[in-house]
Amino acid sequence: MTDIGRSGAVSRPVEADKPPGLLYNIFVRNITAKIAASPMVAIVLIVFIGCTLWSVWFSFTDSRSLPNGDFVGWAQYERLFSARRWKISATNLLTYGIFSLVFTMVVGFLLAVLMDQKLRFEDGFRTIFLYPFALSGIVTGLVWQWIMNPTLGLQSTIRGLGWTSFTFDWITNTDMVLYALLIAGTWHGTGFVMVLMLAGLRSIDGEIWKAARVDGIPTWRTYLQIVLPMMRGVIVTTLVIVGSGIVRTYDLVVALTNGGPGLSSEVPAKYVINYMFTAGNLGQALAASTVMLLAVFVILIPWMIIEFGPKKAH
Amino acid sequence: MKKFTVVAAMAAAMMSSTAAMAAELEVTHWWTSGGESAAVAEFARLFNETGNTWVDSALAGSGTGANPVIISRILGGDPMGATQMNTGRDAEGLIQAGLIRDLTPLAEEEGWKDFYADPGLFDACTYDGKIYCVPVNIHSWHWLWLSTGAYEKIGQPVPKDWNEYVASWPALREAGVVPFGLAAGWALNGIPGVLLADVGGPDLYMKINKDHDAEAVRSPEFRKVAEAWAALRDVVDPAEVVPQFGDVANQLLAGEAAGNIHGDWIQGEFAVAGATPGVEYDCLPGLGLTDRIEGGGDAFYFPVLPEGTAQDVLDAQTTLAKLLVSKEAQVAFNLKKGSMPIRTDIDLSTANDCMKKAITILESPEGLLPSGETLNSSDTQQQLDDLNQEFFADKSYSVDDYIEEYAAIIESAD
Amino acid sequence: MANVSAVGEPSGPRPSKGFNPKRIIIYGIIIVAAMYYLLPLYVMITTSLKGLPEIRLGNIFAPPLEIITIEPWVKAWTSACTGLTCNGLAPGFWNSVKITVPSTIISVLVAAVSGYALVNWRFKGSEFFFTCLLLGSFIPYQVMLYPMVMITAQLKIFGTLWAVILVHTVFGMPILVLLFRNYFASLPQELFKAARVDGAGFWRIFFQIMVPMSLPIFAVAIILQVTGIWNDFLFGVVFAGTQNYPMTVQLNNIVNSTQGVREYNVNMAATILTAAVPLIVYFVSGKWFVRGIAAGAVKG
Repeated sequence: MTDIGRSGAVSRPVEADKPPGLLYNIFVRNITAKIAASPMVAIVLIVFIGCTLWSVWFSFTDSRSLPNGDFVGWAQYERLFSARRWKISATNLLTYGIFSLVFTMVVGFLLAVLMDQKLRFEDGFRTIFLYPFALSGIVTGLVWQWIMNPTLGLQSTIRGLGWTSFTFDWITNTDMVLYALLIAGTWHGTGFVMVLMLAGLRSIDGEIWKAARVDGIPTWRTYLQIVLPMMRGVIVTTLVIVGSGIVRTYDLVVALTNGGPGLSSEVPAKYVINYMFTAGNLGQALAASTVMLLAVFVILIPWMIIEFGPKKAH
Repeated sequence: MKKFTVVAAMAAAMMSSTAAMAAELEVTHWWTSGGESAAVAEFARLFNETGNTWVDSALAGSGTGANPVIISRILGGDPMGATQMNTGRDAEGLIQAGLIRDLTPLAEEEGWKDFYADPGLFDACTYDGKIYCVPVNIHSWHWLWLSTGAYEKIGQPVPKDWNEYVASWPALREAGVVPFGLAAGWALNGIPGVLLADVGGPDLYMKINKDHDAEAVRSPEFRKVAEAWAALRDVVDPAEVVPQFGDVANQLLAGEAAGNIHGDWIQGEFAVAGATPGVEYDCLPGLGLTDRIEGGGDAFYFPVLPEGTAQDVLDAQTTLAKLLVSKEAQVAFNLKKGSMPIRTDIDLSTANDCMKKAITILESPEGLLPSGETLNSSDTQQQLDDLNQEFFADKSYSVDDYIEEYAAIIESAD
Repeated sequence: MANVSAVGEPSGPRPSKGFNPKRIIIYGIIIVAAMYYLLPLYVMITTSLKGLPEIRLGNIFAPPLEIITIEPWVKAWTSACTGLTCNGLAPGFWNSVKITVPSTIISVLVAAVSGYALVNWRFKGSEFFFTCLLLGSFIPYQVMLYPMVMITAQLKIFGTLWAVILVHTVFGMPILVLLFRNYFASLPQELFKAARVDGAGFWRIFFQIMVPMSLPIFAVAIILQVTGIWNDFLFGVVFAGTQNYPMTVQLNNIVNSTQGVREYNVNMAATILTAAVPLIVYFVSGKWFVRGIAAGAVKG
């Protein structure tokens, strides 16, 4: 376990030592491997790069329901940044994203630690924590909408039991609706994080624990200062998966609150999709998605260069 | 597999010897609620009686459910035989790309403009002087629906106009009745337009929506509209908002809510529940304040089918287009849908009192104001919706700020 | 390196045997957490077994007291109306199977080969492609809808199962390649090197060495794809063609429209029925999922 997060370096192909010519390198060497990887290369080039460039290009046009507009320069961006709804959406995503990321990671890790205590019925508990991940955002939203609906759900039930002043109206309260979203989102996603974290915990050498015990380090400090840093690899993977899910949050919001009350739970992905399919303003929608992507780039690229970029030889 | 409509149609034609001119036609629409599907079933029934087969493709939710699917399929070369689609500028792109069938020859042959109650309805279907869609009904948001049961509870007569209705709110609250029943989401979006035209008056409505006159937004008349909107906002308790407009219909019938401003299609829900106007509920067109109401239609488009499509299928498109506006279909469809028919030369003696009120308005000259959906692009409409949603949810959002934001949108509107 | 077979055993601090206060607290927390996770499932199931009059009483947490009825389930499956047709969810079920099975198989295979090529046969720019894939996972998929429509139309496969398979392969790539790449990187490299020295080629090493050692991560990939594809609405309905409308279309129609009285029990039964396949996959193969994740995701 000496090489977490640096595994790429050990897996260089054997031929790396030979110094062949450039053309040979590009076209002939490992030709089967290149053919095998070509679907991925094609997908990256055509879809992920091609379509992204396509969408960036059309964000500079006044395209309506179809991509066929005229070039209008920065107009769509100027409008985007002066739109209140966009500001609200971006702020919401930032708030929700940070809370959601911290919450799912912390709760997922804590659950994993608890699950790692030689529990009885571990399989049963793990299934319980994981099953929400099998449900779509739409279903998750619908069920929680029902539970949190003041007139149908928890509030009316508890009031029915006699506590008549009990209030749980987050879903209809503009100040609290993001936390309602958080309850449903956490429910949906923590199980998966827990499984990843549990996997990380179990990959750690038992010797570490023995050593920590011999040194008399308390359990919580062992977790925090020794185990957690050793799990860097799994934490990184989890962050990518959870983070990309958060940025794309759409289904859950549509089913749970549809952005309401008012605009108080709007998110950027919903802005994009609304302007694309309901308002018939492709240019505006693509400007919004370009800004989303840029924001992700700014956050991720420096980290990716460190994490996945070309590595120095060991 | 790809051109399913075609293959299926050919297979059907080969198998059935009795109906030589029969074809299957896939029709996409987003009419999935009780009243709506009962109404569309009438179209299907009549179409099937012609020997053709209506293949129903219902997709709930216009914006996220149906729209992307309809546009993508037409764009991708796998079009349906006919489809409901938002009129106005949404379809323009597809028309420009030559993907929508030009109905002008058919319209002239059949003399559509002669019998349409208001030929202005075709404005939304017209592009470059040609007609590309068939309006099948006239819908209006301009209705105040009132629950007779709720007013019995507070021992007051059912209001005769908006002002009386507003005055009854405190008594309703006291009696534990929800003054204004509201469904979440889009159900809110139609209300400000109604207040604009009815509280503000048709002139103000036209100045703002047609001329895009931002000064009209800053006028004292518009302030009255904004204040009415704010008053409505303040009487609605967000915790009482229900999921769907059908739920509001149920609230009204049960006397749990007293009133609601909603499109005439809510009548379809009343009808499904077996309610009659004047007994369980009452209706006030133009909020009882004006006798000109705004209306726009649902419309069907007929995509250009891929080359090599059997003549039967093309004929079936024509048959359906003619059928949609026929007297028989108009009566059957609109009675179920709760909307106004596009022609008044038909027997609507079985129409209920609310629809009769609507037809009177329709028959009077200039009774119908052009719909906001036709005057504004859906992009402008979306911006107004966003503003209204935000204003309605935030009780601290001041009327002054609202007017300024509104004016800014109108200034850049198209 | 990671010992795959040992993964799955608890490795935390050795707890003392027997019931001490600490154990009780741990179990207490776990049980409370489990209740939070089970609550929605409980509400869905009990509601779907109640009659409408009982639902109107308003207590969604109460167990069905009056009569337990499976009528909502029957209705959701066979006769709930979606548009004009009232055949329930049943017709869409097989369409969903038709979409899910080939899409899962092909997308997992493509991702596995790609991950293998990325780790063991690195070529110039391979890390660049991988980085692009990862960034791609942050784009809302709906943005790609129109270009994908145009691409599949150009390929003359729009409106067929091939189109939907392609779309799911594309959008499954980022996460799946990440998992496969990490997994293959964690396998002992000595095996690969030895096979190379013996003259084994790309495919032989893949099928004879890599795949047999990678069953857990294949399980993870299959589970993730089955879940994602089964739950998808937009791509299925746009790309798969009219004759293949997936089950989620009918669910959407049932749940998002009011047919007179709102039948919450039928809605809930329909929701559970639609979610049943991914749920069963998780319940049955949850252990594999965890083991695969454990082996694959640990490395970064």
